[in-house]
Amino acid sequence: MDEYAFRPIACLVSFLLIFNLACSTPPEATQASGASSGKASGKATLPAFTTVANEDGQWLSVQKDYANTRFSGLSEINLTNIDQLKAATTFSTGLVSGHEATPLVVGDTMYLVTPFPNVLYALDLKQPGGATKWVYRPDPDPAAQGVACCDVVNRGEAYHDGKIIINTLDNHTIALDAATGQELWNTKLGDINRGETITMAPFVVKDKVLVGNSGGEMGVRGWLTALDVNTGKIVWRAYSTGPDKDVLIGPEFKPFYPMDQGKDLGVKTWPPEAWKIGGGTVWGWVSYDPETNLIFYGTGNPGPWNADQRPGDNKWSCALFARDADTGQARWAYQIGPHDIYDYDAINESILLDLNIGGTKRKVLVRPERDGYVYIIDRTNGEVLSANPFGYVNSTAGVDLKTGRLREVESKKTHVGTVVRDICPAAPGAKDWQPSAFSPRTGLVYITHQNLCMDFEGVEANYIAGTPYVGANVKMFAGPGGHRGEVTAWDPAAGRAVWKIKEKFPVWSGALATAGDLVFYGTMDGWAKALDARSGAEVWKFKVGSGIIAPPMTYRGPDGKQYVAFLSGVGGWPGAVVSGDLDPRDGTAALGMANAMADLKKATTRGGMLYVFSL
Amino acid sequence: MSSRFRRGIAIAALALVATTAFGAPPALRVCSDPNNLPFSNAKGEGFENKLAELVAKELGTKVAYYWFAQRRGFVRNTLTAGKCDVIMGVPSSFELALVTQPYYRSTYVFVTRRDRRLAITSLDDLRLRTLKIGVQMIGDDYASSPPAHALANRGITRNVAGYMVYGDYRKESPGRRIVDAVADGEVDVSAVWGPTAGYFIRKSRVPLVARAVTPQIDLPFLPFVFDISMAVRRGDNALRDRIDAILERRRPEIDAILRHYSVPRLDGEEPVS
Repeated sequence: MDEYAFRPIACLVSFLLIFNLACSTPPEATQASGASSGKASGKATLPAFTTVANEDGQWLSVQKDYANTRFSGLSEINLTNIDQLKAATTFSTGLVSGHEATPLVVGDTMYLVTPFPNVLYALDLKQPGGATKWVYRPDPDPAAQGVACCDVVNRGEAYHDGKIIINTLDNHTIALDAATGQELWNTKLGDINRGETITMAPFVVKDKVLVGNSGGEMGVRGWLTALDVNTGKIVWRAYSTGPDKDVLIGPEFKPFYPMDQGKDLGVKTWPPEAWKIGGGTVWGWVSYDPETNLIFYGTGNPGPWNADQRPGDNKWSCALFARDADTGQARWAYQIGPHDIYDYDAINESILLDLNIGGTKRKVLVRPERDGYVYIIDRTNGEVLSANPFGYVNSTAGVDLKTGRLREVESKKTHVGTVVRDICPAAPGAKDWQPSAFSPRTGLVYITHQNLCMDFEGVEANYIAGTPYVGANVKMFAGPGGHRGEVTAWDPAAGRAVWKIKEKFPVWSGALATAGDLVFYGTMDGWAKALDARSGAEVWKFKVGSGIIAPPMTYRGPDGKQYVAFLSGVGGWPGAVVSGDLDPRDGTAALGMANAMADLKKATTRGGMLYVFSL
Repeated sequence: MSSRFRRGIAIAALALVATTAFGAPPALRVCSDPNNLPFSNAKGEGFENKLAELVAKELGTKVAYYWFAQRRGFVRNTLTAGKCDVIMGVPSSFELALVTQPYYRSTYVFVTRRDRRLAITSLDDLRLRTLKIGVQMIGDDYASSPPAHALANRGITRNVAGYMVYGDYRKESPGRRIVDAVADGEVDVSAVWGPTAGYFIRKSRVPLVARAVTPQIDLPFLPFVFDISMAVRRGDNALRDRIDAILERRRPEIDAILRHYSVPRLDGEEPVS
């Protein structure tokens, strides 16, 4: 039994005795009480297959590498000269919805995909200011905009062997000749008429492109699909719900915890047939370990059923999968959030690292999760080594490392018609999709995240597709401390935060770490920023035209200089108040996010623009 | 294209503009779903289409549609975005727009096959614990149709089948499936919003019957009865007042249209059995 079991009582006692706010004091207080099996020592290191020494100055994948480090070995821009970082060039997308994509740089060309209508620009970096080389317009079906749940975002491109690959909101994966923009193949993977869309960036492993669907709120059955990178033909598709044969679970499947063992759990953990529209969509990040040939990714929340309508664990929603990259067959799975009731999708990035635990090297994956814990998981077998909170959490009480199960908190459970106040984190979690970065120089993971809680108040009548319905009146607001965003430098070896920066708004941009010992991120009120990777001190900032919700990247230009690129263009779930021009007087808009973000309209305006900086 | 032909088009366009500017009043701009019978479709076959024509006629003009699937963000992307001036159906308690007076009150109904003689009216009917029940699904966090919530509150989950209100949008009448499921025996009973049930029951090959769900409000507060209004943009009180006057003046025609589409009413007209 660990300390968690006693926490609520300890809190109550301290409250009664000294009337202090110990129970609601944010992260520092909760971090001390984390669970951990075996002590890690030293610092986290990169697996052998990612060699920073070979940094070639390109940015070939949204997450930079198979391990999802978002780390560049470039160091021309560093702590000694960061104050001289200046805008070098800009490029407008002419669009006003949320921009969440990271550009790629391949050789002398930058590639940038926009939110709907998913235009792909190839920019010639050899020309002064970066001239447009070619433009590809897929002309997706406008009806797709009505199907996307939370703004019409796109999270980026993929590159493989002379091809640029993008996904469109209306479910096409398209490969283009990187030199000419000529379409090489175009495969339709889903159907907007069934509520499916695609927002994630494609991820290429060897000769396969991996793509998943979005739309968990629309009665969609989630999947991850592998396409042949040369032909666009579908090689395998792994569903997130349903019988084992659909989930690609076979004899090789060896989950670590008994709760994840058994036949056809994707059927048996639901009321009959509810799995057929059960959600578990795949719209985040994939990582890959070439040594074991395993891919790792998480699935979204269960839907569209209200939690009370789907008793059971609802597998494999909110779950982490390890699959054979060639066949898609599952090797292990771990359900992070059984029977999710808070919309804590488990789609966040898995950063592949090595940790020294009790004298042995463990191959781990590090996941700053939406439920507020940093999960350190043995990536060879799915064992949770630790799960410590990086933000303020009261909706659950940690992870039982014996069973792997998240501990529920009875008083924070929601039922339509009841009132539950102060649920932390709120539905977008302590961190949403925005990817963290890891620096092998500091051994720290840099997490950009939010500090939001929510009230769940009774019922609200609404109307859709001709039908009146009833939902909960949800309102989000700033968590303890009153700030809505944080940047946390996390030491995975020690299982604790080393430093924290507070931001007014949720930090929805993701992070970039460099060998210049800098961490770059952007804010929703439009500041591109750099921090000292060791101390967290703010060492540079620049005000861009619109709030930043896209992860920054860096590259070496044809002139040999290092550049840092930020795509601005506020939107997404927290930015919908601005990009969707919502009425901030209706706090329940954007599923209660509008209440927390009403003042964003005064802080920024919309509009997509790329900013590139250099010394 | 010859320049003479192009000039001809230009003159014709000018004539059209002139008529609109100086002659007839501007069209009544209506935002509507192009594929959601019995409410509306692009062919103008829904009762909201007929009501739009009636209101436009009273205003001395014609309907100009802006088509948009009724999904999350519908009001924001249509009415609030200025693409139209009126939407034809919202609950009268709707907060995102300025509503007119209610023009009908309907209820969720239990739909069963006539030959089964089930006659279910109450959410507390013990047979609902074993019969297979179809409910309409919405999909937003914590949101669902009132019958889905009410059944879950009674612990009834294992014998419930969900049908998304959006249906399969490729097909004509995507909302129809939950009613057809009763006719086909896929479920024993469906709990369906009145207008959808009334219309598709009439179209069904197999005789079906509808009975209002009781109680009308399931405690603590789960309504099964809703007043429906038209809505204009907030601040557009002038248009709202003109439509309110039309709803008063043309009450008999409006009732006739709703009767023609077999909308179950709880406000005097066509009461449900």
